[in-house]
Formats: sequence, structure tokens, C-alpha cells
Amino acid sequence: MAKDTANELRIVGTRPDRPDGLDKVTGRARYGADISAAGLLHGAVVRSPHAHARIVKIDASKALALSGVKAVVTRADFPTGLTGEAWDLQENTMAGERALYDGHAVAAVAATSAQLARDAAKLIEVEYEILPHVTDVDAAMAPDAPIIREGAADHSVPEGLHPNVVRYIEFGHGDLEAGFAQADIVREHQYKTEAAHQGYIEPHACMGQMGADGKGEMWVCTQGHWFIRKMCTQVLGLDASQLRVTPSEIGGGFGGKTTIFMEPLSLALSRKAGGRPVKIVMSRSEVLRATGPTASASMDVKIGMTKDGKITAGSATFRMQGGAFAGAPVDMALYCAFAAYKVPALQHVGYDVLANRPKAAAYRAPGSPMAAFAVESLVDEMCTELGLDPLEVRVKNAAQSHETSSFGPKFGVIGLNETLAATQAHPNLSVPLGPNQGRGIASGFWFNHGGDTSVSMALGEDGTVTVSIGTPDIGGSRASMAMMAAETLQIPYDNVRVNIVETGALGVNEPTHGSRATFATGKATVEAAQSMIVEMCKRAAAKWGIEPEAVEWRDGAAHPAGPNAGEYPPMTIGEIGAAMSNTGGPIAGHHESVPAGVGESFGTHVVDVEVDPETGRTTILRYLVVQDAGRAIHPAYVEGQYQGGAVQGIGWALNEEYVYDDMGRLQNPVFLDYRVPVASDLPMIDTVIVEVPNPGHPYGVRGVGETGIAPPLPAVANAVAAATGVRMRHLPITPSKLLSAIKASKNG
Amino acid sequence: MSKIHITTKVNGEEVEFLADPRDTLLDCLRDQLELTGTKEGCSTGDCGACSVTVDGTLVCSCLMLGVEAQDKQIETIEGMAEDGELHPLQRKFIEHAALQCGFCTPGILVAAKALLAKNPDPNETEVRYWLAGNLCRCTGYDKIIRAVMDAAAEMRGAA
Ligand code: FES
Ligand code: FES
Repeated sequence: MAKDTANELRIVGTRPDRPDGLDKVTGRARYGADISAAGLLHGAVVRSPHAHARIVKIDASKALALSGVKAVVTRADFPTGLTGEAWDLQENTMAGERALYDGHAVAAVAATSAQLARDAAKLIEVEYEILPHVTDVDAAMAPDAPIIREGAADHSVPEGLHPNVVRYIEFGHGDLEAGFAQADIVREHQYKTEAAHQGYIEPHACMGQMGADGKGEMWVCTQGHWFIRKMCTQVLGLDASQLRVTPSEIGGGFGGKTTIFMEPLSLALSRKAGGRPVKIVMSRSEVLRATGPTASASMDVKIGMTKDGKITAGSATFRMQGGAFAGAPVDMALYCAFAAYKVPALQHVGYDVLANRPKAAAYRAPGSPMAAFAVESLVDEMCTELGLDPLEVRVKNAAQSHETSSFGPKFGVIGLNETLAATQAHPNLSVPLGPNQGRGIASGFWFNHGGDTSVSMALGEDGTVTVSIGTPDIGGSRASMAMMAAETLQIPYDNVRVNIVETGALGVNEPTHGSRATFATGKATVEAAQSMIVEMCKRAAAKWGIEPEAVEWRDGAAHPAGPNAGEYPPMTIGEIGAAMSNTGGPIAGHHESVPAGVGESFGTHVVDVEVDPETGRTTILRYLVVQDAGRAIHPAYVEGQYQGGAVQGIGWALNEEYVYDDMGRLQNPVFLDYRVPVASDLPMIDTVIVEVPNPGHPYGVRGVGETGIAPPLPAVANAVAAATGVRMRHLPITPSKLLSAIKASKNG
Repeated sequence: MSKIHITTKVNGEEVEFLADPRDTLLDCLRDQLELTGTKEGCSTGDCGACSVTVDGTLVCSCLMLGVEAQDKQIETIEGMAEDGELHPLQRKFIEHAALQCGFCTPGILVAAKALLAKNPDPNETEVRYWLAGNLCRCTGYDKIIRAVMDAAAEMRGAA
């Protein structure tokens, strides 16, 4: 179904200005915190200063005595009896009997100004009984670890494990022992990564309004407003359709804005304050302490390899903590671990473990970066030991189209071979390296995703077109939807306006996550355009008095399909729009589905670093991202995804980590200490867009957002090893850690 | 606490507002003057989303009190386009796809304009160091740096 040659395309593959560009460079675009309303109240949240504590008593009387304080809510204001994920969400929104991590919400207050709300929050007295806590994943599995929640494990967990192990997963194929026996060398190491935060620059913000009738409105920065609707109404025990959610512009999400945190609190406060709207804007430290970082991981990997670089067998045992709730992406990590390889025998084992940390949220390719760090580091170590070219080893073992993947299902058409070939051909690989410099290579993988999708499209009286979609635009997706609509309708790009509409205006949409927006919303947009074309051809057929099948659509107009259809001048989309009231009424197209035909995306990164032997500081000299996009609708925004993903991965590899003290309190809840990469840390990020079209999408789109964060973790570690001879198996590679490791290797 | 009456100039226009002594300039711009183009990403001076110029000097408006704004000349993102004509930096940001979510963009544009006022011909390293106080989590900075360099070239008449 995918168009084979880019030649037939007029708009797809070009780089027009994004439709929301003007609003976003002039400050006019309205993000989560940029809203106001008559009678507005401001909310503030009281958070636990303890990692684990029983809540003995909450006394809000002093706060409520302040003039201007309108409502206080605690868990007592929420319905009881929820189970499963809904209970988890409710418990995370507002602690019940116990605070489960530093930053866990225990009460919230609404007042007439933000200052007053913060003052009032300080006056809410909470009495705690401090309980033993644990924040490290391996420590949380140890026999003497404090139990975070009895009975949280599901049936997958074998008997005899600590109650903090709440999910267990095991799968594989082939004869592992025979595989290792065929290898010339078998190596096994432990690797660790720390929790990193998505780090979107816009803190969470919402404004909720709800009356005594249970009907509500919400304005919120989110990746998915139907998720917000579903989760808020579940937590508050309301009907989904009674809450209307309008998405603001969103200042970054990376997976972290696909769930709820304080959003239900604004509704609960509003209901208690007589239906006045309540706005809650998180501070940066609230974002870091209480919203989803990703999991931290402790991973054992074992690989067997022949002297000529054939991988004969592999095993991976991953332990991940995702905070005080089930949901660390250990399953995804294991699926991704060996995805780039064809290995005769594999075994995967995973543990999802509770710890006294915030509930992990998705972060760009959840699980894949950790897995890539472990597996791609070990493959590199073995290539070095055997004197093999790491790229050739990847070519030799590369997963292939239509063959069974490492995690079970068969791949569709994949572009791993092409990606590796493009990497081998890139000039960055032949740049000579100086002293203390090293080059690292690694690959990464993401599945991509379909998900519930609903799009509608309407023809205007002048022949221009409005497209209504349900996936918020985080990185230029309005542009790509407009391009695909214009391409399909064969009209100018500027004649299409794409709006992201509220929950009342479309069927359910999953969020902009899973790299799905351009694939799924794009596919639905094309389908909606096709259905509108069918209707427009019908109108022309009726006018001409011929069968609709005898009409074809091209160049933005209906034409008789051939000489047999009769001779009529083409009827343009503008003429059809102008006449529609008299030819049957409004013309619209729509499409609802869970789009099938998702295309996986592989990428390979090459990084050159220099390590300062005096300080241990690693400088990125050169960086190359090569990734299969299927087809790039708007190449500039595809490059942007590659570059942004790579830099987030570099941050995770070199700087970023959650640091807890021995009381389980987060020590670095500000950007000064939770240090994300800044402009002066980086060079330009070179990109190559490989295009092996996905046959499951009308223009060949795969989805590009996530794969790019996986390879940097191992690529940077591999480059550091090449530069120093020291193998860092625990991220981040901070200057002090690397310096000690270099010193230790010299003394050893 | 009683509020203090402030008169100052924002984007060339005389304005007045009542500031709580604890309100930052950022709070006053956003909440009193409804100039929400200036963003808050951290309120600790670490992200640059709140960048404005005060009497020509680039500042984090989250680190300045509203009451300190008396009789100043404040420039925000809302004043950057003149008579509906985009500043070259704004145009180049769109052209180079130098924004993804766009949340860092107002602060980066204001900071970049202040750089070019000081140094019309910066090299890449100078741009990177000048913008090191402006976090962007989406783009990896590549296209931002290119857009600034290209705008500088155009403004010098070199492009
Ligand atoms: S909000 Fe002022 S520097 Fe971040
Ligand atoms: S474009 Fe999103 S933070 Fe810069």
C-alpha cells in the first residue's frame, strides 16, 4: 500500500513552515499555565517529606481559618473501593493510609491567590509515623527489605520472592546451554542505570471546574486528553462523558504526560469550593519529586560469541523498580534487549519491584534504553576482546524482515540492514581520533504503536479543509497531518487547517505516545480524506448524471474517469464546497480504528568522545544518528526527533540521575542539580534518515520519536571505554566516577 | 501583606500593576499584565524560559521581584515582532524547525536577541555558551544554534 517512490509525492517529504509556528515564536500559544477564568481559585498540594510514613492525622483547621481559603481535600474526599490500576492512580494522586515516597501528595488546598494557597498548604498539619523505607531495586528485593505494600504482587510472581516483587516475566527460545557451548567466548556482566526524569521544561498545569452535578471541564497540558478524562473520572468515581477535557499546547512530555498526577485534585477542590475553577501549576521540584521519572535498573547479561563474531546465545535478567506501584517497564526492556539480533537461543527474565520512589511514568521508548545499555555494552566488550569491528558484528547478526523477532512475533519489513549500511558509509566513521578520544557504536529499537484513533475532516464552503485530530502536537505533528491531508486531497498545504480538539468532539484517542501520532493519526487522516473524496466524487457524479465509480479524483478536483465516462470539465474542490448546500449538504470525512500495520524502527548511533584524564569529564566531539523513518513526512521534524532523543540519551549516560539520601529524600529536585544537557555541552547532532517504507501506512511512515533515546547510553559508554580503556557499567558516567575508575585501573 | 503600586514600561508601553512584595517580575508579567508569552520552567534561575530584558540586560524574570520593576524598560517576547513583522530570529526559528514543543522558544528568542545586540557575528561556540542558561529538552539544540547563526548572518546582511 505504501507508495514506492518519493517522486509521486508533491508535499510529503518537503519542509513547509509549521502551522503553529507563528503562535509559538510570538508567545501567543497558550500552554497549561497560561489560562485564567472568572472566579479562578489556585490550588497547592501538601506533600510528604518522608519516603515512607503512616499518616496519623491531618489537621487543616488553621488553613481553613485563613480568609480566602475555599477548600481543602484529602483522601477522605475520594470514593473508596477502587481496584487495580484505578486504585494505583487514586493512591498516587492522594496518599491514603501511608505516604509511599518523598513528594507523595497528602492534601490539597484551594485559595483566591497562588501565594495564599501556598501559605495555606504550609498551615495544614500532618502527623506522620515514619516507617522503614527502601529506594534501591536490589535492596528492595533482599529478604530483609521493608515491605512497601503487602499483597501487591500478581499471579505471575513465583513463590518465595520478596513481596516487593510484584510482577515476574520469563520467555525465550532455543537451547541455551547448547548455544553457549558453541561459543568461543561467553561473557557475563552486571549493568546498572539510574532513574532519569523526562525533564520537559513545562511543569504540569491544569485548570479544573466541577459543580455539584458532577459535570466538569478541564484545561490541561497533556499528551492525551482522553487518558486524562478516563483516569480523572475513575479516580473520582464519575462518568467519563461528564468530563470535557481540552488540551492546551504542551511544553514537552516524552511519555511523562500520559497519565494523571494533580489533575483530579483540581476537580475535587472545585466541587468542594462551589464549582469555582481551580488552577494547579506544579513547581519544578514537585515535578521532579512527584511525577514520573523512569525506572532504575539492575541487569545481568550473558552472551556467547564465536571468534568470527556470531552470537550463539544470550540471556538477560533485569530487575527494575518503578516506584511504589507496579509498572516498571521491565517487560518492554526485555522485548527490546536483543531485538536487533538474530540469536538461536535466548532467555529473558524480569522482575518488577516496588520501592519508595514516585510512580514511574513512561519515558521515550520505556525500558529500551536500559536494555540497550546492558546488551550493547556487552556486545561491544566482546568485539573489543575478539578484535572485531562492532558494526560488522551487528551486520552479521542483524535481525531480518519477516523473520521471528527475539521477543516472539515475526517482524514485518524492517530497515536494520539499510540502517547499518548507511552508518558504515558515513564520513564520521573515518574521522581520525586523537589521544584520550574514542568512538562508540550502538543500535536501538522501538516497536511503535497504533492505538485508538479517531479523526474527522470537513470541507469549507471555499474548498479549504479543517482536520480535527485528538493527538496533541508536541513536535510539529500539525504540520505532518496537514501535509498528509493535502497530499491525499491533492490541494495546497496552506488550504488545510489542523485543530487538536477536545474530548467531546471526536471518538476516543490514545495520547501522542508510542511514536504513534504520525503513523496512527496520520493513517486515519488519510482514510478520512479518502472518505471525503468518495463523497465529493458522488456530488460530481450526481451533477454530471453518471455513476460515482466513473469519477476519479486528481489535482484537487473530480474528473470523469475516462473517455467512456463522458466529457465534463473537472469540478474543483472549491466548486464542490461552494455548491454543497444544494447538492446534499455538508461534506465531511471521518475515520475511527486501531490502525494496524505498525512498522518497527531501528537506529544506530556513532559517537566520538574525549575524556579529560585530569578531571574525568567526557566531552561529546561528534554525534551521528542513523535511523529508519519508513518515510519522513516533514524531514526537519524527523531530524529534530533524532537529535532530541540522542541528547536525552546523552544526558542519561553522562549526568542525569535521581539522588536519594539515607532518609529516602530526593537530593536534587532542581535543574541546577538534576542537570540536563545544555547547549554548550554538545556539538551539532548529525542525522541520516533511512527510508525503508512501512507497507502498513499509506505513505510508509513508521514513527520516529522513541528509538533514538536507546543507543546513546551504550554508545557513550562504549566510546568512553575506547578512549580510556575503562568500562563503565553503571550510569551515569559522571566525571568523579570516571576519574576514580581510571585511577583504579592504573593502580590495578 | 499590602501590595505595592508599580509603574514601568513593558515593550514600550507604560503599564501599572499592584505587586505583592513576594511576587516575582515573572508573576507580575504573567498574572497582572497577562503577558503569558514569558514562561516559567523552574523559578530558580536554571532554565531560562522566563528570559526578558530589563534596561537592555538579559535577566531571568523569576529571579527579580515585581517591585524592582519600577521605572524600567522591560522587553518580553510579545514585543519582539514589530508592527506585525517578525524579527529575523523568529522567522529563522520557524524556517529551521528550531522549536518542537515551543515552550523554551520565547526565552531562547529573547536571549538570542540580546546576544546579537552585543555580538552581531558570534561563532557557534559563542552562541552555545550564551544560550547555556536556556534549557531545551526537545531539540538537542542543533537547529536552535543554526537558526540563531542564520538570523545573525541575515541581520549583518551577509546572507
Ligand atoms: S523560570 Fe526563570 S530560569 Fe526557569
Ligand atoms: S522545543 Fe521543547 S523545550 Fe525547546
